[in-house]
Amino acid sequence: MRTLLVVFCKEFLENLRDRRTLLSALLFGPLFGPILFGIMVSRMLEQSVVESDVPLKMTISGSKYAPGLTQYLKARGVSLIEKDLSENEARAAVRGGRSQVVLLVPADYPQLFTAAKPAPVLLFADSSDSQTRKLADRARGILSAYGSSIAQLRLEMRGVSPLLSLPVAVNEVDVATPTGRAVVVLGLMTYFVLFALLMGGLYLAIDSTAGERERGSLEALLSLPVARSALVGGKVLATCAYMCISLALSLTAFVCVFRFVPLERVGMSANLGFETALIFFAICLPFVPLGATLMTLVASFTRTYREAQTYLTTVLLVPTLPIAFASIYSLKTKSSLMFIPSLSQHLLMTSVLKDEPILLPDILVSAAASLGLALLLFILTARHWRRESMLG
Amino acid sequence: MIEAMTLSKRFGSIQAARDVSFVARDGEITGLLGANGAGKSTCLRMLYGVLTPDGGKACIDGIDIRGETSQARAHLGVLPHAAGLYNNLTARENIRYFGSLHGMAAQRLKSRTAELSLALGMDEFIERRAKGLSQGQRIKVALARALVHDPGNVVLDEPTNGLDVMAIRNLREMLLALKGQGRCVLFSSHVMQEVAALCDRVVIIGRGKVLADATVQEIRERSGTATLEEAFLQVLGDTEGVS
Repeated sequence: MRTLLVVFCKEFLENLRDRRTLLSALLFGPLFGPILFGIMVSRMLEQSVVESDVPLKMTISGSKYAPGLTQYLKARGVSLIEKDLSENEARAAVRGGRSQVVLLVPADYPQLFTAAKPAPVLLFADSSDSQTRKLADRARGILSAYGSSIAQLRLEMRGVSPLLSLPVAVNEVDVATPTGRAVVVLGLMTYFVLFALLMGGLYLAIDSTAGERERGSLEALLSLPVARSALVGGKVLATCAYMCISLALSLTAFVCVFRFVPLERVGMSANLGFETALIFFAICLPFVPLGATLMTLVASFTRTYREAQTYLTTVLLVPTLPIAFASIYSLKTKSSLMFIPSLSQHLLMTSVLKDEPILLPDILVSAAASLGLALLLFILTARHWRRESMLG
Repeated sequence: MIEAMTLSKRFGSIQAARDVSFVARDGEITGLLGANGAGKSTCLRMLYGVLTPDGGKACIDGIDIRGETSQARAHLGVLPHAAGLYNNLTARENIRYFGSLHGMAAQRLKSRTAELSLALGMDEFIERRAKGLSQGQRIKVALARALVHDPGNVVLDEPTNGLDVMAIRNLREMLLALKGQGRCVLFSSHVMQEVAALCDRVVIIGRGKVLADATVQEIRERSGTATLEEAFLQVLGDTEGVS
C-alpha cells in the first residue's frame, strides 16, 4: 500500500512538471472538444437563422412574358433582378457564379399559359453547391406554390371544387421536445467527453511504462524489493488521477460553452448545467480505471515513447466504435447494452441530456461492467510486469 | 557477500550462462570481465533477481534471491547497465523515490541523503532537475540511488560506460571507498585496465562460462605472462572483444 502511494505521488509530481503531459491532459484534451463543438453549433445555428431571414435573391429573364408570376414572387419577398438572358447566357451566369439562381421565362409562356397548357419556365442552379442548392429548393417551393394556387383557380372557374385535387391531407406532428432535438447535436458531445478523459492519461501512461524503459530507469526500479503489482497500481492510479482532472475540466468547459451558444434561438434547450455535469462525472468515473489500465497495458508492451504513442492513439479511437454503432443503428438506452463500456456511458449521458429517467440498476451495471473489465486488464498488466521480457 | 551457484540461463537457442559459480566477498572489489555478449549482464541480472535462472541459485548474504527476494534485495544495491534518472525530478527526489520504495522513514532518508551527497560531492547539484545534469553527475545520482538504503552489497553493470576520464576516476574512488567501508562490490566491465586498477579478484566470463576466478596476481602468475593483457588473452583463448 505504501509502495502504491509512493509511486502514485512520484508519477503525479513528475508529470505535473512535464509540459507535454500538461498540454495534453489539461489543455488540449479537455478544451479541444468543447471549443470545436461550440464553434460548430454556433455556425450551424447561424446558418439556419440566416436562411429563413434573408430574402431569396433571384435573377429573372423574360419577366414581361409572366407578369402574374413576377407579381407573385415579389409578394413572397423574393428580391428580383431583371435581366435579359438567353438560355446559354443563363447557364454561363450560374456556372460562373455571377448569379446563384436564374429563372428564365421563354417567349411561348403567355400563349401556353392562357391556353391552360403546362407553361415551361427554366430554373438554373448548381446542385453540387450546397449553398445554391438550398436557394434552388426555396425557389422551387415558391414556384410550385404559385402553380397550385393557379391550378385551384382554374378548377374553381370550371365549377370543380379544388378540394377534389387534395385526396390526402398530410399533417406532420413533430414530437421532438426542444431538448430531444438538441440531442442530435449533443450526441457528439459524449464522445468528446470520453476523448478528453482518455487524452488526460495518455502521456502519463506512456511515460510511466515505455518512457521508463526508454530512459533506462526501469531495470533499477524492477530490482527494488517491492511488489510489481504495487508499482503498476501506483502508475495506473496516477493515470486515473490525470484522467479525472481532464474529465472535470472538459465538463466544466462544456458547461461554459453552452452558456454562450444560443441553442434556445432554434427551439432547442441544452440540459447542461453544473448539476448535469456532476451526474456526467459520476457516470464516466467507472470508465476512468478502464481507460487507465487499457492504456498502461498497451504501453507496457512497447519499447519506446514513439511506439507507445502510435499504439495509444489507436486506443483513443476504441471508445468511438460502440458510439458509432449506436448512431448507425440508432440504439436506445437498453439494460442489455449497459454491459458494453463506453457505449453504456454514452447512452446514459444521452438519456440525461434528453431528460429521460435513468434506472439505478442500469447505472450500477454500467459501472460494474467497466470496473470488472478494468480489474481484468489490471491483472493482465501486473502479470506482464512480473515477466522477464519486461526488461526489454 | 554475493554467491553465484551453478547459475544457468538460456534464451532461445543461446546459452547465455552455464554453471556460473563464484563468490564476491565483503571488503573486496570483484570484477566480472568479459567481451560484449559474454553473459556478464545475464549473470548480474540473475544475481539481483530480475531474471530467473534455469538452474542454480544466487544468494545475497546467504539469502536466496528467488526464495526471499525482498529480504535479499534489502541487502543489495543495484546500478544497472543503463541507469537512467527521472529527468523531471531533482537529484534529491530521484534518491528519495528509491529510498521510499525501500520503505525508509522520512527522517532516516533525509540524513542518509545528506551523507551520500557529502560523500559523493553532490551538494552543488542535489536540488537541480536531473534533466540538466552532466553524465558524471548523473552517475553519482544513480549510485546514490543504489546506495540509499545502505546495502552491504553493491552490484554495478558496466558503470564506466559513457563516462569521461575524470568521471571514471571519481567512480573508481567511490568504489574504493565502498570497499573501505567493508562492503562487497561486484562490477562488470570489458575494459581490462579498469579491472586491473581496481579489483581484488577477477572473474573472467566467456560464452556464458567462468574461464577464470582468481586474484589479478594469480592470473598473471598462472599464465606466465608479464602483463595482465596478455594473461587475459590467454585465458580467453581468442583475441576478440576485449579492449
